[in-house]
Amino acid sequence: MMRLPPFRYFAPATLPEAVKVLADYGPAAMVLAGGTDLLPNMKRRQFTPQALVSVQQLKELRGIRETENGSVIISAGITLHELAAHPLIVSRYPALAQAAALISTPQIRNTGTLGGNVCLDTRCNYYNQSYSWRKALGFCLKKDGDICWVAPGSAKCLAISSSDTAPVLVSLGATFLLVRQGSERLVPAVDFFRDDGINYLNKDPEELLTEVHLPPPQGTRSTYLKLRRRGSFDFPVLGVAAVLRIEPDGVCTAAKIVLGAAACKPRVADNAADMLIGQKVTQALITLVAQEAAKLAKPLDNTDFAYGYRKRMAEVFVRQALTKLAE
Amino acid sequence: MANKVHVETTLNGEAVEFLCEPRQSLLEVLRDVLGFTGTKEGCLTGDCGACSVILDGRISCSCLVLGVEAQGKNIQTVEGLAQADKLHPLQQKFLEHAALQCGICTPGFLVAAKALLDRNPNPTEHEVRYGLAGNLCRCTGYDKIVRAVLDAAAVMQGR
Repeated sequence: MMRLPPFRYFAPATLPEAVKVLADYGPAAMVLAGGTDLLPNMKRRQFTPQALVSVQQLKELRGIRETENGSVIISAGITLHELAAHPLIVSRYPALAQAAALISTPQIRNTGTLGGNVCLDTRCNYYNQSYSWRKALGFCLKKDGDICWVAPGSAKCLAISSSDTAPVLVSLGATFLLVRQGSERLVPAVDFFRDDGINYLNKDPEELLTEVHLPPPQGTRSTYLKLRRRGSFDFPVLGVAAVLRIEPDGVCTAAKIVLGAAACKPRVADNAADMLIGQKVTQALITLVAQEAAKLAKPLDNTDFAYGYRKRMAEVFVRQALTKLAE
Repeated sequence: MANKVHVETTLNGEAVEFLCEPRQSLLEVLRDVLGFTGTKEGCLTGDCGACSVILDGRISCSCLVLGVEAQGKNIQTVEGLAQADKLHPLQQKFLEHAALQCGICTPGFLVAAKALLDRNPNPTEHEVRYGLAGNLCRCTGYDKIVRAVLDAAAVMQGR
Protein backbone atom coordinates (compact mmCIF):
# COMPACT_ATOMS: atom_id res chain seq x y z
CA MET A 1 0.00 0.00 0.00
CA MET A 2 3.00 2.30 0.17
CA ARG A 3 3.29 2.33 -3.63
CA LEU A 4 1.76 5.26 -5.44
CA PRO A 5 -1.69 4.72 -6.88
CA PRO A 6 -1.95 5.10 -10.68
CA PHE A 7 -2.44 8.57 -12.16
CA ARG A 8 -2.03 10.42 -15.46
CA TYR A 9 1.17 12.43 -15.54
CA PHE A 10 1.49 15.82 -17.22
CA ALA A 11 4.72 17.83 -17.44
CA PRO A 12 3.66 21.00 -19.27
CA ALA A 13 6.41 23.26 -20.59
CA THR A 14 4.55 26.53 -20.11
CA LEU A 15 2.28 28.13 -17.54
CA PRO A 16 -0.71 28.43 -19.94
CA GLU A 17 -0.46 24.70 -20.69
CA ALA A 18 -0.27 23.89 -16.98
CA VAL A 19 -3.37 25.88 -16.02
CA LYS A 20 -5.23 24.40 -18.99
CA VAL A 21 -4.68 20.88 -17.66
CA LEU A 22 -5.76 22.07 -14.21
CA ALA A 23 -8.90 23.58 -15.75
CA ASP A 24 -9.65 20.43 -17.73
CA TYR A 25 -9.35 18.12 -14.72
CA GLY A 26 -10.65 20.42 -11.98
CA PRO A 27 -10.62 18.75 -8.54
CA ALA A 28 -9.41 15.47 -10.09
CA ALA A 29 -5.94 16.94 -10.71
CA MET A 30 -3.28 17.92 -8.22
CA VAL A 31 -0.12 19.97 -8.66
CA LEU A 32 3.24 18.22 -8.32
CA ALA A 33 5.91 20.74 -7.29
CA GLY A 34 8.52 19.21 -4.98
CA GLY A 35 6.22 16.31 -4.13
CA THR A 36 7.53 15.93 -0.58
CA ASP A 37 4.06 16.35 0.98
CA LEU A 38 1.97 15.21 -1.99
CA LEU A 39 3.65 11.86 -2.69
CA PRO A 40 3.67 10.48 0.88
CA ASN A 41 0.01 11.50 1.19
CA MET A 42 -0.76 9.70 -2.07
CA LYS A 43 1.05 6.61 -0.80
CA ARG A 44 -1.16 6.68 2.30
CA ARG A 45 -4.21 7.20 0.02
CA GLN A 46 -5.01 10.54 1.62
CA PHE A 47 -4.90 11.91 -1.94
CA THR A 48 -5.95 9.85 -4.95
CA PRO A 49 -5.86 12.30 -7.88
CA GLN A 50 -6.58 11.11 -11.41
CA ALA A 51 -3.88 13.40 -12.76
CA LEU A 52 -0.69 15.02 -11.54
CA VAL A 53 0.48 18.22 -13.18
CA SER A 54 4.21 18.69 -12.70
CA VAL A 55 5.19 22.35 -12.56
CA GLN A 56 8.91 21.71 -12.46
CA GLN A 57 9.46 22.70 -16.10
CA LEU A 58 7.84 26.10 -15.70
CA LYS A 59 10.35 28.94 -15.91
CA GLU A 60 7.70 31.24 -14.41
CA LEU A 61 8.05 29.37 -11.14
CA ARG A 62 11.79 29.89 -10.70
CA GLY A 63 13.73 32.71 -9.10
CA ILE A 64 13.49 35.68 -6.75
CA ARG A 65 13.41 39.26 -8.01
CA GLU A 66 13.12 42.77 -6.65
CA THR A 67 10.69 45.30 -8.08
CA GLU A 68 11.25 49.04 -8.53
CA ASN A 69 9.29 49.92 -5.40
CA GLY A 70 11.40 47.61 -3.25
CA SER A 71 8.98 44.69 -3.06
CA VAL A 72 10.36 41.20 -3.49
CA ILE A 73 8.65 38.62 -5.67
CA ILE A 74 9.42 35.01 -4.93
CA SER A 75 8.39 32.43 -7.49
CA ALA A 76 6.49 29.61 -5.83
CA GLY A 77 8.68 26.86 -7.31
CA ILE A 78 11.82 27.98 -5.50
CA THR A 79 13.13 25.26 -3.22
CA LEU A 80 13.16 25.73 0.54
CA HIS A 81 16.94 25.45 0.49
CA GLU A 82 17.23 28.23 -2.10
CA LEU A 83 14.85 30.37 -0.08
CA ALA A 84 16.75 29.86 3.19
CA ALA A 85 20.07 30.78 1.55
CA HIS A 86 19.01 33.68 -0.66
CA PRO A 87 20.84 36.92 0.32
CA LEU A 88 17.78 39.12 -0.34
CA ILE A 89 15.61 36.96 1.94
CA VAL A 90 18.25 36.51 4.64
CA SER A 91 18.91 40.24 4.84
CA ARG A 92 15.39 41.68 4.50
CA TYR A 93 13.04 38.96 5.70
CA PRO A 94 15.13 36.91 8.14
CA ALA A 95 12.02 35.25 9.60
CA LEU A 96 11.25 33.68 6.23
CA ALA A 97 14.81 32.42 5.78
CA GLN A 98 14.74 31.04 9.35
CA ALA A 99 11.40 29.30 8.78
CA ALA A 100 12.58 27.72 5.54
CA ALA A 101 15.82 26.52 7.16
CA LEU A 102 13.83 24.92 10.00
CA ILE A 103 11.63 22.82 7.71
CA SER A 104 12.37 19.10 7.78
CA THR A 105 15.73 17.79 6.50
CA PRO A 106 18.34 18.71 3.87
CA GLN A 107 16.80 16.17 1.48
CA ILE A 108 13.33 17.67 1.80
CA ARG A 109 14.52 21.29 1.65
CA ASN A 110 16.39 20.54 -1.59
CA THR A 111 13.21 19.18 -3.17
CA GLY A 112 10.28 20.86 -1.43
CA THR A 113 9.15 24.27 -2.64
CA LEU A 114 7.84 27.46 -1.08
CA GLY A 115 4.51 27.04 -2.90
CA GLY A 116 4.25 23.50 -1.61
CA ASN A 117 4.91 24.56 1.96
CA VAL A 118 2.34 27.35 1.75
CA CYS A 119 -0.25 24.88 0.43
CA LEU A 120 0.86 22.09 2.80
CA ASP A 121 -2.00 19.80 3.77
CA THR A 122 -3.28 20.25 7.31
CA ARG A 123 -2.14 17.54 9.71
CA CYS A 124 -3.62 15.49 12.54
CA ASN A 125 -2.68 12.42 14.60
CA TYR A 126 -5.75 10.65 13.22
CA TYR A 127 -5.10 11.60 9.58
CA ASN A 128 -1.36 11.31 8.96
CA GLN A 129 -1.44 7.55 9.25
CA SER A 130 -1.33 4.65 6.83
CA TYR A 131 -4.47 3.60 5.03
CA SER A 132 -4.83 0.43 7.12
CA TRP A 133 -4.40 2.41 10.37
CA ARG A 134 -7.12 4.86 9.35
CA LYS A 135 -9.35 2.06 8.12
CA ALA A 136 -9.01 0.16 11.40
CA LEU A 137 -10.33 3.21 13.24
CA GLY A 138 -13.18 3.73 10.77
CA PHE A 139 -11.53 6.74 9.08
CA CYS A 140 -12.16 10.36 10.06
CA LEU A 141 -13.94 13.49 8.89
CA LYS A 142 -11.01 14.74 6.83
CA LYS A 143 -10.83 11.64 4.63
CA ASP A 144 -13.26 8.79 4.03
CA GLY A 145 -15.05 9.03 7.40
CA ASP A 146 -17.72 11.02 9.23
CA ILE A 147 -16.32 11.60 12.71
CA CYS A 148 -13.61 13.82 14.14
CA TRP A 149 -11.60 11.67 16.57
CA VAL A 150 -10.01 14.73 18.16
CA ALA A 151 -13.41 16.14 19.17
CA PRO A 152 -16.15 13.60 18.35
CA GLY A 153 -18.82 16.28 18.78
CA SER A 154 -17.19 18.59 16.25
CA ALA A 155 -18.94 19.20 12.95
CA LYS A 156 -15.68 20.65 11.65
CA CYS A 157 -12.32 19.03 10.91
CA LEU A 158 -9.71 20.33 13.36
CA ALA A 159 -6.53 19.32 11.51
CA ILE A 160 -3.68 21.77 12.06
CA SER A 161 -2.00 24.19 9.70
CA SER A 162 1.56 22.83 9.86
CA SER A 163 3.38 25.12 7.46
CA ASP A 164 6.37 27.01 8.82
CA THR A 165 6.31 29.64 6.08
CA ALA A 166 2.56 30.37 6.31
CA PRO A 167 2.59 32.25 9.65
CA VAL A 168 5.71 34.15 8.56
CA LEU A 169 4.16 35.20 5.26
CA VAL A 170 1.01 36.36 7.08
CA SER A 171 3.15 38.36 9.53
CA LEU A 172 5.10 39.98 6.68
CA GLY A 173 1.92 41.05 4.89
CA ALA A 174 2.62 38.90 1.82
CA THR A 175 0.18 38.48 -1.05
CA PHE A 176 -0.14 35.43 -3.27
CA LEU A 177 -0.63 35.41 -7.04
CA LEU A 178 -3.08 32.71 -8.15
CA VAL A 179 -3.28 31.97 -11.86
CA ARG A 180 -6.05 30.09 -13.62
CA GLN A 181 -6.91 29.71 -17.28
CA GLY A 182 -7.73 33.17 -18.60
CA SER A 183 -7.37 35.11 -15.34
CA GLU A 184 -5.35 35.70 -12.22
CA ARG A 185 -5.89 37.26 -8.80
CA LEU A 186 -3.87 38.49 -5.84
CA VAL A 187 -4.89 37.27 -2.40
CA PRO A 188 -3.46 38.63 0.88
CA ALA A 189 -1.81 35.79 2.81
CA VAL A 190 -4.08 36.44 5.79
CA ASP A 191 -7.14 35.69 3.61
CA PHE A 192 -5.58 32.70 1.86
CA PHE A 193 -5.88 30.36 4.83
CA ARG A 194 -9.29 29.17 6.05
CA ASP A 195 -10.32 28.03 9.51
CA ASP A 196 -11.30 24.56 8.29
CA GLY A 197 -9.06 21.50 8.37
CA ILE A 198 -10.51 20.16 5.13
CA ASN A 199 -11.03 23.24 2.94
CA TYR A 200 -8.03 24.99 4.40
CA LEU A 201 -7.09 27.19 1.43
CA ASN A 202 -8.92 29.99 -0.32
CA LYS A 203 -7.86 28.47 -3.63
CA ASP A 204 -9.79 26.59 -6.30
CA PRO A 205 -8.32 23.34 -7.66
CA GLU A 206 -8.04 25.06 -11.06
CA GLU A 207 -5.77 27.73 -9.61
CA LEU A 208 -1.98 27.56 -9.41
CA LEU A 209 -0.03 29.53 -6.81
CA THR A 210 2.77 31.08 -8.87
CA GLU A 211 4.22 33.96 -6.86
CA VAL A 212 4.59 35.27 -3.35
CA HIS A 213 4.85 39.07 -3.16
CA LEU A 214 6.54 40.60 -0.12
CA PRO A 215 6.17 44.32 0.62
CA PRO A 216 9.34 46.31 1.45
CA PRO A 217 10.36 45.62 5.06
CA GLN A 218 10.32 49.38 5.86
CA GLY A 219 12.65 49.16 8.79
CA THR A 220 11.03 46.15 10.43
CA ARG A 221 12.85 43.26 12.05
CA SER A 222 11.39 39.77 11.91
CA THR A 223 11.96 36.37 13.44
CA TYR A 224 10.43 32.89 13.59
CA LEU A 225 10.64 30.39 16.45
CA LYS A 226 9.54 26.77 16.14
CA LEU A 227 8.63 24.18 18.77
CA ARG A 228 9.06 20.51 17.86
CA ARG A 229 10.32 17.36 19.51
CA ARG A 230 13.50 16.88 17.48
CA GLY A 231 15.94 19.55 16.32
CA SER A 232 15.33 18.56 12.71
CA PHE A 233 12.71 16.67 10.71
CA ASP A 234 9.59 17.49 12.63
CA PHE A 235 6.61 19.60 11.63
CA PRO A 236 5.94 22.52 13.96
CA VAL A 237 3.89 21.83 17.06
CA LEU A 238 3.95 25.59 17.51
CA GLY A 239 5.41 28.34 15.36
CA VAL A 240 5.71 31.99 16.32
CA ALA A 241 6.32 34.64 13.65
CA ALA A 242 6.94 38.16 14.90
CA VAL A 243 7.62 41.44 13.11
CA LEU A 244 8.52 44.69 14.90
CA ARG A 245 9.62 48.15 13.90
CA ILE A 246 11.38 49.99 16.68
CA GLU A 247 12.32 53.62 16.06
CA PRO A 248 15.69 55.05 17.16
CA ASP A 249 13.98 56.50 20.26
CA GLY A 250 12.91 52.97 21.26
CA VAL A 251 9.23 53.36 20.44
CA CYS A 252 7.51 50.55 18.54
CA THR A 253 5.61 51.77 15.48
CA ALA A 254 4.67 48.47 13.82
CA ALA A 255 4.02 45.01 15.29
CA LYS A 256 2.67 41.72 14.05
CA ILE A 257 2.50 38.41 15.87
CA VAL A 258 1.23 35.25 14.17
CA LEU A 259 0.93 31.78 15.69
CA GLY A 260 1.44 28.75 13.47
CA ALA A 261 0.39 25.16 14.16
CA ALA A 262 -2.13 26.40 16.73
CA ALA A 263 -5.30 25.96 14.63
CA CYS A 264 -6.52 25.10 11.12
CA LYS A 265 -4.92 28.33 9.92
CA PRO A 266 -2.28 30.76 11.17
CA ARG A 267 -3.73 32.79 14.04
CA VAL A 268 -3.08 36.55 13.94
CA ALA A 269 -2.60 38.03 17.41
CA ASP A 270 -3.49 41.63 16.62
CA ASN A 271 -4.88 42.37 20.09
CA ALA A 272 -1.50 41.49 21.54
CA ALA A 273 0.57 43.20 18.85
CA ASP A 274 -1.44 46.43 19.15
CA MET A 275 -0.40 46.70 22.80
CA LEU A 276 3.14 47.42 21.55
CA ILE A 277 2.27 50.31 19.23
CA GLY A 278 3.48 53.67 20.50
CA GLN A 279 5.19 52.07 23.47
CA LYS A 280 8.77 51.40 24.51
CA VAL A 281 9.32 47.65 24.24
CA THR A 282 10.23 46.78 27.80
CA GLN A 283 10.47 43.28 29.25
CA ALA A 284 7.41 44.02 31.40
CA LEU A 285 5.36 44.93 28.32
CA ILE A 286 6.64 41.90 26.40
CA THR A 287 5.41 39.66 29.21
CA LEU A 288 1.91 41.15 29.03
CA VAL A 289 1.84 40.97 25.23
CA ALA A 290 2.91 37.31 25.29
CA GLN A 291 0.13 36.47 27.76
CA GLU A 292 -2.40 38.14 25.49
CA ALA A 293 -1.10 36.44 22.32
CA ALA A 294 -1.13 33.02 23.97
CA LYS A 295 -4.91 33.34 24.54
CA LEU A 296 -5.26 32.54 20.83
CA ALA A 297 -3.52 29.18 21.23
CA LYS A 298 -6.16 26.59 22.04
CA PRO A 299 -4.27 23.37 21.36
CA LEU A 300 -6.17 20.13 20.98
CA ASP A 301 -4.95 16.57 21.31
CA ASN A 302 -4.13 16.28 17.62
CA THR A 303 -0.36 16.55 17.36
CA ASP A 304 2.83 15.86 19.29
CA PHE A 305 3.25 16.89 22.98
CA ALA A 306 0.57 17.30 25.63
CA TYR A 307 -1.73 20.18 24.80
CA GLY A 308 -1.35 21.87 28.17
CA TYR A 309 2.38 22.10 27.54
CA ARG A 310 1.82 23.49 24.05
CA LYS A 311 -0.47 26.15 25.48
CA ARG A 312 2.15 27.21 28.03
CA MET A 313 4.87 27.25 25.38
CA ALA A 314 2.88 29.64 23.21
CA GLU A 315 3.38 32.35 25.83
CA VAL A 316 7.05 31.44 26.29
CA PHE A 317 7.79 31.46 22.56
CA VAL A 318 6.05 34.79 21.92
CA ARG A 319 8.04 36.27 24.80
CA GLN A 320 11.30 34.89 23.41
CA ALA A 321 10.56 36.09 19.88
CA LEU A 322 9.73 39.63 21.00
CA THR A 323 12.73 39.75 23.35
CA LYS A 324 14.98 38.73 20.47
CA LEU A 325 13.57 41.48 18.24
CA ALA A 326 13.73 44.15 20.96
CA GLU A 327 17.43 43.61 21.67
CA MET B 1 -1.26 -1.73 -18.57
CA ALA B 2 -0.35 1.85 -18.03
CA ASN B 3 1.63 3.66 -20.64
CA LYS B 4 5.31 3.68 -19.94
CA VAL B 5 7.35 6.80 -20.37
CA HIS B 6 10.79 6.92 -21.96
CA VAL B 7 13.28 8.73 -19.74
CA GLU B 8 16.87 9.74 -20.50
CA THR B 9 19.13 10.61 -17.63
CA THR B 10 22.72 10.48 -16.40
CA LEU B 11 23.51 7.92 -13.71
CA ASN B 12 26.92 8.02 -12.04
CA GLY B 13 28.35 9.83 -15.06
CA GLU B 14 26.93 7.51 -17.71
CA ALA B 15 24.00 8.18 -20.03
CA VAL B 16 21.12 5.89 -19.13
CA GLU B 17 17.65 5.48 -20.59
CA PHE B 18 14.74 3.53 -19.21
CA LEU B 19 11.00 2.99 -19.45
CA CYS B 20 8.83 3.47 -16.40
CA GLU B 21 5.27 4.10 -15.34
CA PRO B 22 4.55 7.58 -13.95
CA ARG B 23 3.67 6.00 -10.59
CA GLN B 24 7.11 4.44 -10.19
CA SER B 25 9.42 6.41 -7.91
CA LEU B 26 13.03 7.01 -8.83
CA LEU B 27 13.88 4.56 -6.05
CA GLU B 28 11.81 1.83 -7.69
CA VAL B 29 13.37 2.61 -11.07
CA LEU B 30 16.91 2.47 -9.66
CA ARG B 31 16.34 -0.79 -7.83
CA ASP B 32 13.79 -2.70 -9.91
CA VAL B 33 14.34 -1.39 -13.45
CA LEU B 34 18.04 -0.56 -13.54
CA GLY B 35 19.25 -3.06 -10.94
CA PHE B 36 21.07 -0.45 -8.85
CA THR B 37 20.18 -1.95 -5.47
CA GLY B 38 22.75 0.01 -3.45
CA THR B 39 20.11 2.64 -2.77
CA LYS B 40 17.90 1.27 0.01
CA GLU B 41 14.19 1.42 0.64
CA GLY B 42 13.28 2.56 4.14
CA CYS B 43 10.15 4.44 5.12
CA LEU B 44 9.02 5.56 1.62
CA THR B 45 7.75 8.82 3.13
CA GLY B 46 10.90 10.97 3.26
CA ASP B 47 11.60 10.43 6.94
CA CYS B 48 14.62 8.12 6.99
CA GLY B 49 17.00 9.08 4.19
CA ALA B 50 17.94 5.48 3.33
CA CYS B 51 17.00 6.13 -0.31
CA SER B 52 19.13 9.29 -0.60
CA VAL B 53 20.68 10.03 -3.99
CA ILE B 54 22.39 13.14 -5.33
CA LEU B 55 20.16 14.80 -7.90
CA ASP B 56 21.81 17.61 -9.88
CA GLY B 57 24.28 18.09 -7.04
CA ARG B 58 21.73 18.09 -4.23
CA ILE B 59 20.85 15.31 -1.83
CA SER B 60 17.26 14.12 -2.29
CA CYS B 61 15.02 11.25 -1.22
CA SER B 62 14.60 9.04 -4.32
CA CYS B 63 11.35 7.66 -2.85
CA LEU B 64 9.82 11.15 -3.19
CA VAL B 65 10.92 11.73 -6.78
CA LEU B 66 9.11 10.13 -9.69
CA GLY B 67 11.18 8.18 -12.18
CA VAL B 68 9.78 10.38 -14.94
CA GLU B 69 11.04 13.46 -13.09
CA ALA B 70 14.60 12.22 -13.58
CA GLN B 71 14.41 13.21 -17.24
CA GLY B 72 17.55 15.19 -18.09
CA LYS B 73 18.83 15.07 -14.51
CA ASN B 74 22.20 13.99 -13.21
CA ILE B 75 21.89 11.21 -10.60
CA GLN B 76 24.64 9.94 -8.32
CA THR B 77 24.12 6.84 -6.20
CA VAL B 78 26.34 4.94 -3.78
CA GLU B 79 27.49 2.77 -6.69
CA GLY B 80 29.26 5.83 -8.10
CA LEU B 81 31.49 6.38 -5.08
CA ALA B 82 34.19 3.73 -5.44
CA GLN B 83 36.60 3.94 -8.40
CA ALA B 84 37.16 0.38 -9.68
CA ASP B 85 38.67 -1.49 -6.71
CA LYS B 86 39.49 1.65 -4.77
CA LEU B 87 36.97 2.69 -2.14
CA HIS B 88 35.98 6.34 -1.81
CA PRO B 89 37.65 7.90 1.26
CA LEU B 90 34.22 8.09 2.91
CA GLN B 91 33.70 4.35 2.42
CA GLN B 92 37.21 3.63 3.70
CA LYS B 93 36.67 5.77 6.81
CA PHE B 94 33.24 4.26 7.49
CA LEU B 95 35.02 0.87 7.57
CA GLU B 96 37.89 2.06 9.75
CA HIS B 97 35.59 3.76 12.25
CA ALA B 98 33.08 0.88 12.15
CA ALA B 99 30.49 3.55 11.35
CA LEU B 100 27.78 1.02 10.66
CA GLN B 101 26.04 -1.84 12.35
CA CYS B 102 23.22 -3.38 10.30
CA GLY B 103 24.17 -1.28 7.26
CA ILE B 104 20.78 -0.42 5.78
CA CYS B 105 21.25 3.31 6.38
CA THR B 106 24.87 3.29 5.19
CA PRO B 107 24.42 3.99 1.45
CA GLY B 108 22.18 6.95 2.30
CA PHE B 109 24.70 8.28 4.81
CA LEU B 110 27.58 7.86 2.35
CA VAL B 111 25.72 9.70 -0.39
CA ALA B 112 24.56 12.46 1.98
CA ALA B 113 28.12 12.83 3.28
CA LYS B 114 29.46 13.01 -0.27
CA ALA B 115 26.94 15.74 -1.15
CA LEU B 116 28.00 17.60 1.97
CA LEU B 117 31.75 17.35 1.26
CA ASP B 118 31.27 18.26 -2.41
CA ARG B 119 29.96 21.66 -1.25
CA ASN B 120 31.81 22.04 2.01
CA PRO B 121 35.12 20.13 1.90
CA ASN B 122 36.12 21.15 5.40
CA PRO B 123 33.00 21.02 7.60
CA THR B 124 32.81 21.43 11.35
CA GLU B 125 31.24 18.68 13.42
CA HIS B 126 28.12 20.83 13.70
CA GLU B 127 27.93 21.20 9.92
CA VAL B 128 28.32 17.45 9.48
CA ARG B 129 25.47 16.80 11.90
CA TYR B 130 23.31 19.43 10.17
CA GLY B 131 24.13 17.99 6.73
CA LEU B 132 23.29 14.45 7.82
CA ALA B 133 20.13 15.42 9.72
CA GLY B 134 17.95 13.77 7.08
CA ASN B 135 19.43 10.31 7.59
CA LEU B 136 18.33 8.03 10.40
CA CYS B 137 20.42 5.22 11.88
CA ARG B 138 18.29 3.02 14.14
CA CYS B 139 21.27 1.05 15.40
CA THR B 140 22.20 4.51 16.73
CA GLY B 141 25.76 4.89 15.63
CA TYR B 142 25.76 8.58 14.81
CA ASP B 143 28.92 9.40 16.70
CA LYS B 144 31.07 7.03 14.65
CA ILE B 145 29.43 8.21 11.43
CA VAL B 146 30.22 11.84 12.23
CA ARG B 147 33.81 10.95 13.12
CA ALA B 148 34.20 8.96 9.91
CA VAL B 149 32.96 11.87 7.81
CA LEU B 150 35.27 14.35 9.57
CA ASP B 151 38.20 11.96 9.14
CA ALA B 152 37.38 11.43 5.45
CA ALA B 153 37.22 15.20 4.96
CA ALA B 154 40.67 15.52 6.52
CA VAL B 155 42.09 12.80 4.26
CA MET B 156 40.52 14.35 1.18
CA GLN B 157 42.03 17.71 2.15
CA GLY B 158 45.43 16.03 2.38
CA ARG B 159 45.64 16.53 6.14
